[in-house]
Amino acid sequence: MKITRFLKTIFMIDFATGLLIAVREMFKTKKTINYPFEKGKISPRFRGEHALRRYPNGEERCIACKLCEAVCPAQAITIESAERSDGSRKTTRYDIDMMKCIYCGLCEESCPVDAIVQGPNFEFSTETREELYYTKEKLLDNGDRWENILAANIKSDNPYR
Amino acid sequence: MEYINLVFEEVYKILFLLVPVLVSVAMIVWLDRRVWAFVQKRQGPNVVGPFGLLQSLADALKYIFKEIIIPASSNKIIFILAPIITMTLALIAWAVIPFGEGQVLANINVGILYIFAVSSLGVYGIIMGGWASNSKYPFLGSIRSAAQMVSYEVSIGIIIINVLLCVGSLNLSDIVLAQQNIWFIIPLFPMFVIFFISALAETNRPPFDLPEAEAELVAGYQTEYSGMMYAMFWLGEYANILLMCALGSILFLGGWLSPIDIYPFNLIPGAIWLILKILLLFILFALVKAVVPRYRYDQLMRLGWKIFLPFSLTYVVLTASYLFYFNLLPTL
Repeated sequence: MKITRFLKTIFMIDFATGLLIAVREMFKTKKTINYPFEKGKISPRFRGEHALRRYPNGEERCIACKLCEAVCPAQAITIESAERSDGSRKTTRYDIDMMKCIYCGLCEESCPVDAIVQGPNFEFSTETREELYYTKEKLLDNGDRWENILAANIKSDNPYR
Repeated sequence: MEYINLVFEEVYKILFLLVPVLVSVAMIVWLDRRVWAFVQKRQGPNVVGPFGLLQSLADALKYIFKEIIIPASSNKIIFILAPIITMTLALIAWAVIPFGEGQVLANINVGILYIFAVSSLGVYGIIMGGWASNSKYPFLGSIRSAAQMVSYEVSIGIIIINVLLCVGSLNLSDIVLAQQNIWFIIPLFPMFVIFFISALAETNRPPFDLPEAEAELVAGYQTEYSGMMYAMFWLGEYANILLMCALGSILFLGGWLSPIDIYPFNLIPGAIWLILKILLLFILFALVKAVVPRYRYDQLMRLGWKIFLPFSLTYVVLTASYLFYFNLLPTL
C-alpha cells in the first residue's frame, strides 16, 4: 500500500490523470452560450416583465377586482377603477412600479381572468428609474406584443394548475 | 555615418525580434484564457476579432486609456520603475534565444548564464513593486514571490548543469546542435519534468501563484497598480512564461531541430519548429493552470528544497558518472 502510494507520487500518476481528464473535457460541448446572440430556454412559468392581456375581440380582460393590488407583497400595484358608459367596471389607472416589484408572481396567481401575467421578457432594463414605472398603456402594449407567447405559455401550464 | 548605419541596423534587428515577441505575448494571453475556458467547458474570449484573437489588443487599449493611480504613501520612483524593470528584463532575455542556425540576435558564449542572470533579476521588479506600494498585501506577495523564485532558481540551475554536462558549452546554439542525434528530453526526462514544474514556480504560474493568490493577498504585488503600469507587469509576466517555454524547448526539445530529419519535415524552417515547441509547452502551462489547485506556502518550499533540489543533485551525479564511465564527456 505504502509502496504504491510512493510510486504514485514519484511518477505523478494523479497529476497525469488530471491532465488527461482536462484534455478530454476540452473537446466536449461547451456549457455556456453566447448570450446576446443565443439565449437559454426558459420555462412557460417564467416570471418576467408584466403584461395586461386583452380578449380576442380587443376588450381588456381586467375587471378591476383589485385582487392583485391586495396580494402584492411589495405593494407595487396601484389600481383606480370607475364604471364605464356600458355599465362594466374597468380600471382607469393600473400602474406597476417595476422598481418595487419582486417578481413573485402572486398577481398572476390571484388574477381570476388571466389579465395580469408575467411574460418571458427579462431584457427591459432602462437608464432611469422613471421609465420602470409602468402605466396601464405600457402594460396593455406589452400584452399586445407578447400575446402569442403568453397565450401559449398559459395553455401549456394549464394542466399543472 | 557608418556608425549611424550600424546603430540603425542593430535597432532594426532588435525591433524585428521584439515586435513578434510582444505580439505573440498578446496572442499567448488569449490562448491561455481560451485553453483555461475550454477545460472548464466555457467559451472563453471569442467576441473581439476572429475567435476573439484581438482580445488582448482590446485589453491593452483599455489599459492605455485608464488612469494610472500612484498611492500617496508610495515611493514614487521605485513604484514607477518596478513594472518597467519587470518588462525590460523579460524582453532582453530574448536576445540570446536562437530561432535557427545563426538566427540569433546575440550569439554570446554564455547565453544560458545570461538568461539565468536576467531571469533572476526579474525578482527585483516584483520586490520593488511590492515594497514601493507601501501596502500590506503587495508587500506580503512580493516577499513570498522572492522566496519562491529564489528557491526554484536553485533547482533550475542544477537542472541546467545536467544539460550542460551533456553539451560542454554554455552557448544556446551549441546546446541545440548537440541534440541532433537525440533530444535531451529522452535521457533526461525526469529533469525535464522538474524543469517544467520549476518553470511554473519561477514564473508565478498556478499552482505556484502564491504571490498573487487572490483569496489571501488580493492581487499580490500588483494590487496597487493600475492602467499601463499594471499592463506592463502583465506583459512582463507572460513574456517570462514564453521565455521559460522557449528555454525548455531549447534545453530539452531540440530547439529549432525538426523531430525527424526526413524530407517533408526538414523543409520547414527551424523557427517554425521552435514556435511549435514553445506553443506545445505553453498549452501544457495553461492546462496545468486549469487542473491543479494552488500549493500552500510550506508545501511549495518543501517541494523546492527537500524534493527537487536533492533529486536534481542526485541526477547530476548520475549523469556525470554515466558520461564519465562510458567516456562520453564532451571535449571542451
